[in-house]
Amino acid sequence: MEVARFWRTRHQRYQLMGEVCPHCGTKIFPPRDVCPACEGEAKTPFVFSGRGEVYSFSTIHSAPAGFEKYVPYTVALVRLEEGPLVTAQLTDVDEKDVYIGMPVEMVTRVLREDGERGMIVYGYKFRPRLTQPAPEPQHAAEAAAAA
Amino acid sequence: MALMKSERPVGIVGYGAYVPRYRLITQEVSEIWTGGNTVSPVREKAVPGLDEDVATMSIEAARNAVRRAEQVCASFTPQRLGAVWVGSESHPYAVKPTGTIVAEALGATPYTQAADWQFACKAGTEAMQAAIGFVGSGMTSFALVIGADSAQGRPGDALEYTAGAGAAAFILGPAEEALVEIEGSVSYVTDTPDFWRRPHERFPEHAGRFTGEPAYFHHIASAAQTLMREMGLTPQDFAFAVFHQPNVKFPLKVGADLGFTRAQIQPGLLVNEIGNAYAGSALLGLTAVLDISQPGQRILLASFGSGAGSDAFCLRVRRSAPQSGALTTRAYIQRRVPVNYAQYSRLKGNYVMH
Repeated sequence: MEVARFWRTRHQRYQLMGEVCPHCGTKIFPPRDVCPACEGEAKTPFVFSGRGEVYSFSTIHSAPAGFEKYVPYTVALVRLEEGPLVTAQLTDVDEKDVYIGMPVEMVTRVLREDGERGMIVYGYKFRPRLTQPAPEPQHAAEAAAAA
Repeated sequence: MALMKSERPVGIVGYGAYVPRYRLITQEVSEIWTGGNTVSPVREKAVPGLDEDVATMSIEAARNAVRRAEQVCASFTPQRLGAVWVGSESHPYAVKPTGTIVAEALGATPYTQAADWQFACKAGTEAMQAAIGFVGSGMTSFALVIGADSAQGRPGDALEYTAGAGAAAFILGPAEEALVEIEGSVSYVTDTPDFWRRPHERFPEHAGRFTGEPAYFHHIASAAQTLMREMGLTPQDFAFAVFHQPNVKFPLKVGADLGFTRAQIQPGLLVNEIGNAYAGSALLGLTAVLDISQPGQRILLASFGSGAGSDAFCLRVRRSAPQSGALTTRAYIQRRVPVNYAQYSRLKGNYVMH
């Protein structure tokens, strides 16, 4: 595990912080300091909304080292609202419920651990976008009855 | 006077909750370990996913608190947080602060205090007491306090029926810009060893029935009674009362002993649905109450931490909470995926892998 490498990328991993091009306004993720659209220098930090939709996905049953405990898990290409396409794990979802175009949102989760003694790597994953459901008036009454 | 008040009035400008989506129907614990002969003290409990811990749950609760604070208080930004304090008994690292991870995720670094607090189930309210002083003294304008736990209970132990998970986050700031003013608070502690966990141990130990009368009931009742007496208030002055909730019975009983009705306690009583979120327990109850409270209403909050102590707070609602930008606590509770005991054991890391 390269501690320095993960430390350098903590802003993009925790906050989904990329860049915005000061010349043409293109939003860039991951940050690369050069605009892929106009090739101008682009170092202005930009925090993405975290909202996007599934562009494509695949479920992993045979995981690379460090991810074995999570199988089966789904990885996706997520098209962010602001434009870039990001590869990330999906979480809080069952494989059968994933579809192309599914609205998702970024959450910060454990990506992997370097064994029992090593560091814990946190970073972005995406889950189905949560929305405020209609209130369930009977729920409180039910809880009261059970108590 | 035991009552504590800051010179500069302090309030809650934003709050947020998080409850993971998995639920164990706790009758399963009884089936596995006692042949179904034990009646579970709660119906179900929240279980964190494989990629969740106190840092990740704290981050989501804190993001919800930030979204509300940004709507309530024009001058608030995460960069203005002078403290990011996380109270828990299941910090991911023994040495390395959870607070820096949360602060970095919120964009609150680098000019902030970041620290982890520990006092069993009252670690979060303990941080809240300190934050009142931190903001109330003018040392900083805003402070974030979090109570969060991925609660531990040894398989088959009484705690396994209730040990839940969740996080509650509060941003404290000037009362004049707040949703809720903190009118006063009391801390009441004694050296009462009712529950503990030694270094390197995975699961806590407890003193059985001793956790009730001399620990939970004595400390909460003392803190709450002193708070009400010294503020000249009675239970009738409060719309809601929220107590630490290790099971359904204890908060209802301590509330009744103090003179509160079930109607005052029920809106903040979540334990039957999410279990005991330890340092997040009473504070999650408070978030559920803040979701529905109206201007002018008073809320009594009294936590309990084993070891032992209680922090009691008198809160007065200044304005209703914004309804957009962050999910209500009830919405997180409604988002539930039941798991069986075998799946739960995997999520909790209780299988030995070679």
